[in-house]
Amino acid sequence: MKKSALPDPFEEARLQAGLGHINDQDDPVLMVLRHKDVRKCAHQWQRFQSGAEPGRIVVPSEVNIRKTRQIPFELDPPQHGQYRAVVEQWFKRPLEPAYRAALKVQIDDLIDEVLGKEKVEVVSEFSLPLQSRALTLLLNIPYEEAETWISWGTHVFRSEGEALDGDKAAILYDYIDEQIDQAIDNPGEDLYSVLLRAEVEGKKLTREEVKGVMILTFAGGRDTVINAVTNSIAYFADHPESLVRLREEPEIMGKAVEELIRYFAPLTHMGRVATEDTEVCEHAVQADSRISLCWASANRDASVFEKPNEVVLDRKLNPHLSFGFGHHKCLGATHTRQIMKILLHSLTEKVKSIQIEDRSENIEEWGQFNRKVGYHSIHVSFNSNS
Amino acid sequence: MAKITFITSDGETTTLEATSGSVMELAVQNTIQGIDGDCGGVCSCATCHVHVEPPFVERTGEASEIEKDMLELDDNVNEFSRLSCQLAITEELDGLILRVAK
Repeated sequence: MKKSALPDPFEEARLQAGLGHINDQDDPVLMVLRHKDVRKCAHQWQRFQSGAEPGRIVVPSEVNIRKTRQIPFELDPPQHGQYRAVVEQWFKRPLEPAYRAALKVQIDDLIDEVLGKEKVEVVSEFSLPLQSRALTLLLNIPYEEAETWISWGTHVFRSEGEALDGDKAAILYDYIDEQIDQAIDNPGEDLYSVLLRAEVEGKKLTREEVKGVMILTFAGGRDTVINAVTNSIAYFADHPESLVRLREEPEIMGKAVEELIRYFAPLTHMGRVATEDTEVCEHAVQADSRISLCWASANRDASVFEKPNEVVLDRKLNPHLSFGFGHHKCLGATHTRQIMKILLHSLTEKVKSIQIEDRSENIEEWGQFNRKVGYHSIHVSFNSNS
Repeated sequence: MAKITFITSDGETTTLEATSGSVMELAVQNTIQGIDGDCGGVCSCATCHVHVEPPFVERTGEASEIEKDMLELDDNVNEFSRLSCQLAITEELDGLILRVAK
């Protein structure tokens, strides 16, 4: 198997039961594995809610380390729609030419920087800086602020060998509190200030609500974007012919981005809480118990995707669920798609080949499943096109 | 050359001409309100949902299974629903009238 491959650990269970079981901090999770079931459960918000106790729909649960409700992520309709409407346009700014041009400069500079080095640790020296710098555009704040986030390291919520770490999470929450204070004192055109001015049903957002949107923006787009970028570099190292193809057929770039995102599924799954006694895939689900919508498994469902375990760069029909599904679908998807499109463009322009030197894989353990989602670290050398 | 007319949910009517590409691409290039085409046309986002005016249904043809599954769970779905990324522009579609679902 190629070094960059992300095997599908769910296949057998998906075909047989369609379900998997995880015990997470004594609050078990029933994983939904089939494409059709995942979409259906995501659609049925009345039966499978997001607006449970804050932190509970995240797996592993963050109930013990977070009290702030993430918004609009941990709300259900109709409230969800009202809050989503406040931020929807802001999160479409990545489509503006000036935003894309600024992102292109950031990514080009970073690639030039790594081309000048003999050996590069991709996660900490490429993906984390790329993600952090791009986030300054999404928040519309000075570029220099990225240095603070880079200094936090790759896992704001995680330390080695431990999925959840309250002290680390507090770094982010305290930081956001400080930034909100500053925006109150000196309002500007940044996301904090925009949220502080925003209204839902004629009432200003509370400080706690502003904090909830900001935590979501930071947390939702960190490990996920880092995984997508790191896996892309590993993929092109293993597949130099794909880099050549994208250089010769730039018109397939959009499809290639969707396909890589399908294959990588940077976020394995997301939870919901049952509001009533019900069933999924002929399995009883008790009221107030948890299910998870396993995007990573659904993306490899052979009843939907031909050759599901292959990267088919110009895949024409690609109803992948990497950005979720339904009204909660990823708010940061527009930003992420632009990052990926520009990254692929810039790689084809500047990079001839990439060699993987050594790597430490990041394998998540979910009950009976072990899923490779990316890398703790991966050393590569980049070779210039010119 | 095909002339295609879009009617947005607030009643604005725009007629555009094209010879190739998809109806979604045409709409996005001309910023038709309610058609975003986030995924670029691979049937994964449902942000290009339109209702085909009944007289034209025969010409646009039937949706694929994957497209139908996508539409089934979208808001405002009806028997005339299509994802416009799956409508390739040909002379056959000349005169087509579409209502934007969102």
